[in-house]
Amino acid sequence: MMQAQTYQIGTLDDMGPGYFPFAIGALMAITGITIALGARHPAKDLIAEKSFVFEWRGWICICLSIVAFVVLGHFGGLLPATFAIVFLSALGDRENTWKSALILAALMCCVCFVVFSLLLRVQLPLFQWSIR
Amino acid sequence: MIEQALVDLWHGFAVAGEPHNLMWSFIGVLIGNLIGVLPGMGALSAISMLLPLTYGLHVVPAVLMLAGIFYGSQYGGAIGAILLNLPCHPPHAVTCLDGYPLTKQGRGGTALGITMISSFFAASFGILVMVFASPLLLKVAFKFGPTEIFSIMLLGLVCGGTLSRGSALKGVSMTLFGLLAGAVGTDVNSGVARFTFGFPELTDKLELVALALGLFGVTEFLININRMDAVIAGPTLKWRDMRPSRGEMKEAFWPMVRGTLVGTLFGAMPGTGPTITTFLAYALERKISKNPESFGKGAIAGVASPEAASHSKTQVDFIPTMSLGIPGDAVMALILGALLIHGITPGPELVTQHADLFWGLIASFWIGNILLVILNVPLIGLWVKLLRVPYRFLLPSALFFIAVGVYSTNNSLFEVGEVLFFGLIGVVFVSLKFPVSPILLGYVLGPMVEENFRRAVLLSNGEISVFVEKPISAVFMGITATVLLLQIYFAIQRGRSIRLCRRKANKEHLPG
Repeated sequence: MMQAQTYQIGTLDDMGPGYFPFAIGALMAITGITIALGARHPAKDLIAEKSFVFEWRGWICICLSIVAFVVLGHFGGLLPATFAIVFLSALGDRENTWKSALILAALMCCVCFVVFSLLLRVQLPLFQWSIR
Repeated sequence: MIEQALVDLWHGFAVAGEPHNLMWSFIGVLIGNLIGVLPGMGALSAISMLLPLTYGLHVVPAVLMLAGIFYGSQYGGAIGAILLNLPCHPPHAVTCLDGYPLTKQGRGGTALGITMISSFFAASFGILVMVFASPLLLKVAFKFGPTEIFSIMLLGLVCGGTLSRGSALKGVSMTLFGLLAGAVGTDVNSGVARFTFGFPELTDKLELVALALGLFGVTEFLININRMDAVIAGPTLKWRDMRPSRGEMKEAFWPMVRGTLVGTLFGAMPGTGPTITTFLAYALERKISKNPESFGKGAIAGVASPEAASHSKTQVDFIPTMSLGIPGDAVMALILGALLIHGITPGPELVTQHADLFWGLIASFWIGNILLVILNVPLIGLWVKLLRVPYRFLLPSALFFIAVGVYSTNNSLFEVGEVLFFGLIGVVFVSLKFPVSPILLGYVLGPMVEENFRRAVLLSNGEISVFVEKPISAVFMGITATVLLLQIYFAIQRGRSIRLCRRKANKEHLPG
């Protein structure tokens, strides 16, 4: 379970710049192995364990919303990206309906327009259709 | 020398008192307080979210604002902990233990008042320590070369990794992961690109803001979504309720002083996180209390002491960060990173070359703490209302601010992707019970550690033994080794006791 630690990222660079990362990589491998060995005799945690529930809907929506921000920000401009990230992530919460997510997204677009476009002048056009 | 410090401090007050600086300090405290009150947002997410906003500012107001956000959010977190039993920020988990029972008894206002008084007292004490200890430290600091700096940084990293909550080994491995993340980008000495995985964007280092927001913002959201209980009704409060009676003040006074001292001590030690400080202050208070059974049921001492500890630690933490360039914990690492972005390298030179910044910062702490008290007395009703903002509205809006904030750092959408990446990594780590804050510490210190290590070895013609030959460095190396050995010793002890328990359990089962 704890073996996620033993990343093997090769240090391909020559001895100069690769020296330090290599040393760290080696240390990480050692701690990783120790943790993995320790996991064979699981020690009781003092802190009460929180049951780990899978929350696929929330997770997928949040990840998708960030991806949508990047993609739409690239091809569509700031406002569509804003709408997408707020709307999608709002849908991730089970208590939100389509309607409330829509209203929230629209509201955030207004906020975005006033704060980031007028006041702070973020370097991303509000709308654009070009494919760069 | 003390006179010199006082003169400098006076000058600092003049800097902090300039209307322009005062305004940004005020804005920082206000926003920090606001974000701190919101459920699920701590000092780390507050600072990293607002860091991009400070890029347009001059250095002095920017740092004053960031510091304001820091202690403002810390104070705001206490409100949620006491009134709603919501520890927005891990250090406040302890405050919940006694603060919330007090609220249930209808004394929530008193608890808040006590918190405010002890925070103010502790912060003032911390500031005084800072004023008088910094010049002393500076005298020593000028003798430090790369060898000594490397040793201290190593100590900080080891402490940061092992003294956080949970398994020490996991902490160390997270610190190492942070160091590795810090190595991404173009190597300073040779210009070779490392760990870029073919992305040209990565030659320019990983973005600090993206890393911090991914690990502390997105990770939090992914974990908390659909899991935050909706807050239906909170208590209503008027500011008149906040005045504690004389008896309550008496009850709170000594715990407050003790908490302050605990916080000061731990603030001076590198790498000890705020959570462990508040927990220790609470444990100490319960141990020496005449009626320990009252703790957990609304003891005033249980609120005063940890809050005082966390605030005095906050102030004292700035000493090593500013004068040596070695951050004590993740928040300090973030502030250090902010300074670097603004083109200022913290270290002994900072205090002499940017005297206005250093002393202005100290003076602004005091002004900021006064502002905090003034702000919170009339606005407490508003904060309580804010606590009821449903998480389902809060989360999407915050996510949006994160995305735009990261984008505007370098006008790069690639970095928004980095946020998602680190958010996912953070969730994996957190669910496997790896602490994430050492990553940030490692990330910020990584390049500095590497640089100083190389320089030290270069100066000594490749002799690695130079770290134990120089006296100052040897002392720090000794402390580091002691910390490590103690941890190993405790780990073996723990393993033995567990095995003993198991053997006992087995024996009980066998005859039956």
